[in-house]
Amino acid sequence: MMEFMEGSHAVAHSVKHCRPEVIAAYPITPQTHIVEALAEMVANCHLDAEYITVESEFSALSACLGASAAGSRVYSATTSQGLALMFEVCFNCAGMRMPVVMSIVNRALGAPLSIWNDQQDSISLRDSGWLQFYAEDNQEAADLHYLAYKVAEDRNVLLPAFVCFDGFILSHTYEPVDMLTQEQVDSYLPKYTPVQRLDSADPISFGLFASPEYYMEFRYQIDQAVKGAAKTIASAGREFGEMFGRDYGDLVESYRLEDADCAIVAMGSICGTVKDAIDEMRKDNKKVGLLRLRSFRPFPHKEVRAALSGVNCVAVLDKNVSLGTKGAVALEVRDALYGQQVPVLDYIIALGGRDVRKKDIRAVVDMAGQGKGDLFYGLRQELVS
Amino acid sequence: MTGESCGLFEYGHRACGGCAAAMAARTILDAAGKDTIIVSATGCMEVFSTPYPDTAWKVPWIHSLFENNSAVASGIVASLKKQGRKEKVIALGGDGATFDIGILCLSGAFERGHDFVYICYDNEAYMNTGIQRSGATPYDASTTTSPAGKCSMGNRRPKKDLPMILAAHGAPYVATASVAYLPDLKKKVEKALATEGPCYLQVHAPCCTGWGFEGEKTMAIGKLAIETGLWVNYEMEDGKVTRVKKVVRKPVEVYLKEQRRFRHLFKPKPNETEIAKIQAVADRNAERFGIDIKLKK
Ligand SMILES: Cc1ncc(C[n+]2csc(CCOP(=O)(O)OP(=O)(O)O)c2C)c(N)n1
Ligand code: SF4
Ligand SMILES: [Mg+2]
Repeated sequence: MMEFMEGSHAVAHSVKHCRPEVIAAYPITPQTHIVEALAEMVANCHLDAEYITVESEFSALSACLGASAAGSRVYSATTSQGLALMFEVCFNCAGMRMPVVMSIVNRALGAPLSIWNDQQDSISLRDSGWLQFYAEDNQEAADLHYLAYKVAEDRNVLLPAFVCFDGFILSHTYEPVDMLTQEQVDSYLPKYTPVQRLDSADPISFGLFASPEYYMEFRYQIDQAVKGAAKTIASAGREFGEMFGRDYGDLVESYRLEDADCAIVAMGSICGTVKDAIDEMRKDNKKVGLLRLRSFRPFPHKEVRAALSGVNCVAVLDKNVSLGTKGAVALEVRDALYGQQVPVLDYIIALGGRDVRKKDIRAVVDMAGQGKGDLFYGLRQELVS
Repeated sequence: MTGESCGLFEYGHRACGGCAAAMAARTILDAAGKDTIIVSATGCMEVFSTPYPDTAWKVPWIHSLFENNSAVASGIVASLKKQGRKEKVIALGGDGATFDIGILCLSGAFERGHDFVYICYDNEAYMNTGIQRSGATPYDASTTTSPAGKCSMGNRRPKKDLPMILAAHGAPYVATASVAYLPDLKKKVEKALATEGPCYLQVHAPCCTGWGFEGEKTMAIGKLAIETGLWVNYEMEDGKVTRVKKVVRKPVEVYLKEQRRFRHLFKPKPNETEIAKIQAVADRNAERFGIDIKLKK
């Protein structure tokens, strides 16, 4: 059913439909509306979950880890500083193969303090073993939660997952969203049955101490599981498409790329603006297309290579920067295109909530055409010179 | 010993000979029985009991991090409640995990009132990383980060009063115990488990390696701590002290001189001023808890 909803509320409703049994989260802008909405659902018996009002994000994810180990489907949500505080627990959840699903309402990291959007927070956890999905709009933000649980809990995966969507730009924006019914979600996402759990009838130990003879094999298996998740995403995404008409089987989305000379690569809500700018540029006979990454972990190397095989230039929009080198997306795209001649230029853009318009996308494409890139786009020169 | 051991924490652990923490673990499981989930913090006990692929735990057991056992326990308690399961949950941590790095999670879990028991085995320093001071290290003890030296007499601060802090959270049952009195420890674990809400036990666990004494003296050292008044075994119910172990007190020297960590107080000759300060700690404990048995003249 189509409903006109704020992004946060759409996400809270889809989380409710996933029937999490334990929720632990801590408020932080711009994630707050999600956890408030869930608290209200619990308070009014619309959602039968244990809601733990923890004293920090560090405890939020730790409690989720414990509840997941005890055999419950769990949920948390955070952003920015909260995610940074969870760093240690993030690696732990993945290492212990706990299928925790967490919404990341993307926001910049301090200092300086900023509550506005970029994707530095989740990108900084790229090496932690969590799957990372990025939504373009509120419909996708809501839907990806169903997919995330389905994939994370799959026996061939058993990994935690971030569903990332841009703070304020999506979380606080009203858009029409097609909300599934509880029955529809139940038919897609079965009740959670853990592979192993803390249980006195069958006692096992979780989180042991591994000597150098054992440690690497654990890491190898997690790496294999992250890479292998691509297959599960494909099948779970297709199934979603068959059932509800929105197919998430592909880890990437191509927009007007078939005959493009120049390809933009990006993730998240900026892609809406990019698509509009591309439509305009096409009218001016500029052959520009977009490759949108829906999944950053696993990284779709093969798909990126295939999609970008015919273009003459690649412009990556990075809402993050690995300080001292480049944006994380550009680094991965270059890796995917290793051995090919096409130049990959990086544009660090929209950090800390700086606005991006269609004209900025056109400017980036012009710069890429001139071979100018690997820079912070849109700097106020008077402040840095 | 505590009678029949049901052997839920047994073979295969790699603690030092005479490790009090290992004795405590055994007694705790004797008291708790098999329907118990243990949440360990990083530290000696976790490391010596679970070298992959072995485990000394025959009950469900989980370790996540150094400082989050209370939060992990919160999640487990919530999950069990949701599932309608009846297992008990015990969080175990060393003094470093409990007094210092994990106090945020501990405070949060107690304030929220989860039904679990937190047991700190207190060996009065970070042993697993090589005997560094913690908030539980006693006054003047020499550790690798509070070494006695030409300009220092060792640890400069008295022990943090964590039981009182947790009692102030409204914990229904808070108690201290010692491995020197295992039957008493066992009773307290049973009582804590039978009490609804978050309960806290702090168990004195002399560490031969870290304190510097022979492994077979663990029980004797533990007894001396109590007999000098430097450790007090007591129980608090709803914030009030309800029981204390009384003793005929001995001077603190008899405890101090048995341990390498206090050796500097006696070399080249006994440092009367410093020893008097430690005696004052014991005297204050005696007065506060009323532990002195008055001998009839
Ligand atoms: C966040 C973090 N900081 C530091 C450490 C290193 N570390 C592991 S165990 C430990 C000390 C443990 O002390 P305590 O809790 O008293 O237990 P014990 O080893 O004495 O039994 C430290 C400092 C760690 N594992 N994690
Ligand atoms: S160092 Fe101390 S606490 Fe650690 S195993 Fe040895 S005796 Fe036990
Ligand atoms: Mg210790």
